[in-house]
Amino acid sequence: MDALLQHTATAFALVFDPYVLLVILCSAIFGLFVGCIPGLTATMATALLVPITFFMPPVPAVAAIVTATAMAIFSGDIPGALLRIPGTPASAAYTDEAYKMTLKGQAEIALGAGLVFSAIGGLFGTAVLVTSAPALAEIALKFSSFEYFWLVLLGLAGAVFIGSASILKACIALILGLLIACVGLDNPGGYPRFTFGNTELMGGVSLIPLMVGMFAVSEILRFVVNMDPPMTIAVTRLGSVFKGMWGLLVKYPGALFRGSVLGTIIGIQPGSGADMASWMSYAMSKKFSKEPEKFGTGHVEGIVESGAANNSSLAGAWIPALVFGIPGDSITAIGIGVLYLKGLNPGPTLFLNNPENIYAIFLVFILANIIMVPLGWLTIRLATNILRVPRNILMPVIMLFCIVGSFAINNTVFGVLLILVFGVLAWLMEENGFPVAPVILGVVLGTMLEETFVTSMIKANSNVLVFFERPISAGLGVATFIILFWPVGSWLVRKYLRPTPAH
Amino acid sequence: MRVHDALSGALLAILAIAVLITVSQYPHIPGQDIGPSAFPGLLAVLLLGCSGVLIWRGLRAERQPLIVLGAWVRSPQHVANFFLVLAALLFYVLCADVLGFILTGVIILSVLFYSLRVPLLLILPVAIGVTLFIHTVFYKLLRVPLPWGLLQGIGW
Repeated sequence: MDALLQHTATAFALVFDPYVLLVILCSAIFGLFVGCIPGLTATMATALLVPITFFMPPVPAVAAIVTATAMAIFSGDIPGALLRIPGTPASAAYTDEAYKMTLKGQAEIALGAGLVFSAIGGLFGTAVLVTSAPALAEIALKFSSFEYFWLVLLGLAGAVFIGSASILKACIALILGLLIACVGLDNPGGYPRFTFGNTELMGGVSLIPLMVGMFAVSEILRFVVNMDPPMTIAVTRLGSVFKGMWGLLVKYPGALFRGSVLGTIIGIQPGSGADMASWMSYAMSKKFSKEPEKFGTGHVEGIVESGAANNSSLAGAWIPALVFGIPGDSITAIGIGVLYLKGLNPGPTLFLNNPENIYAIFLVFILANIIMVPLGWLTIRLATNILRVPRNILMPVIMLFCIVGSFAINNTVFGVLLILVFGVLAWLMEENGFPVAPVILGVVLGTMLEETFVTSMIKANSNVLVFFERPISAGLGVATFIILFWPVGSWLVRKYLRPTPAH
Repeated sequence: MRVHDALSGALLAILAIAVLITVSQYPHIPGQDIGPSAFPGLLAVLLLGCSGVLIWRGLRAERQPLIVLGAWVRSPQHVANFFLVLAALLFYVLCADVLGFILTGVIILSVLFYSLRVPLLLILPVAIGVTLFIHTVFYKLLRVPLPWGLLQGIGW
């Protein structure tokens, strides 16, 4: 207990330092701004922040990412309600609903519910993170390479098989990511693979230019060829956003709780993040609601539930990220990259060796969700002005920023070449229905997958059955196979066991 | 730009075969079954399988042209925007060392602003202001050695 108190005290000192607080404030404003502009996503906010966090100590670096993403996921609701364009994909599930409320003159209720219940959902996810992560880390300490191999595979399988529009295309994206991770010297044989004699590629494809390219440059390309008509703002004056929130809290405690729980679970499950959480909980809200017929006509209940869900999933996603080093979504994939850069290799030993840093990260989560309320209120007040920021000026500026950011990692223009290549690749992939997130997960987890696979195979003398000998390892292995064969199995059942309906 | 599934499948299959050929030349570790070629080799086999399915699906689906270009291709404005973004990145890679960050940045921003129809009077002031701001943040605060290039003599 004394140790816990001592770590908490150290963590407080780490977080409540003027520099860290300034970083949190700036990244909060940055996140709110990015989330509010349609076409700039929370993942892009993270990718743009990474080059800057590169130059910070570990705690402010992680604080910047945690704060910016929480804010961006909330503020994605704002253009959804005012323009009918979701600011981030995580708000897409209830954009129509919020816009209908705006047309009914209830914009402030839609936005207020988005803000207040985002913060509550975020705090719920944080509570789960704080209580379960250290306990899980205790268990994870006993894991060997076999368990880690299955965990990584389970994470990757989840990323591909749960919630993908096309499992085949998600699979291909994942394999491409894993192949990208193979580039360089960093493999069990220490042999330079796929470097084409290029010394820059010896160290592998740097994660930061890769992510800046895939999430920011591709977004710029999409913007410059976009032919949609200019957007129109539905209202210009908003009333008090906090009015009536207490009433909603009393009226929909069940929805709030369901959304927070489901969001946290989806966040923990590797490979799916805030977007999925909000779609699923919107659907669930409609199913369990007493008045499902009101959904789609400007009804606040779904916004309460999925607004809470997408923010709680953010904290949930950090649980496997911190405990096992397996990202819960593409944002934590970037976060893990930052932890590695800072020498805070995620995993159970992080909880043993640097508990004060872990507690500091927990504190940042709590702080971020609390300051979201006043800052979010301010953003809503200024929303109509922010939405008028000319994007034809903003996008080139972001591109120059991407260039400098990717240059700054190794101080070579090779990084700029990488953002060009991966920007075009991601743009082409999205145009053709290949999801981009599995690529990032593949790149982040590829080295770990190969290492645990090779180590385990050497330990097992190439006998695959040893992968199932330890109890936890066997359980994880079976779970992986269930996920892997679920789509095949259900397809076979549909095809052969059930009679096909007559046309 | 939508590429037909059969075509993208074929391209992926070529990639997979290229990987297989490359890894077949990797050395073996004596006394060990698993060398540096095992993991990428396995991935390439999986990729080959997936691309096979993709080709099969593509061929079974309704007949479509191999490549469908987006509506933006018919608008010279948008085509110019697209290629200018790519050209701007290449321009930085090739010219940043000679011209220096500030000149390259101002040129890239001005060209893109012009192409995206930012009001003419705003182009240069905004381009210069933004470039100097980014330069200050990265060069002074974060100490990234951005190249001075032609401005070497008057650098601050």
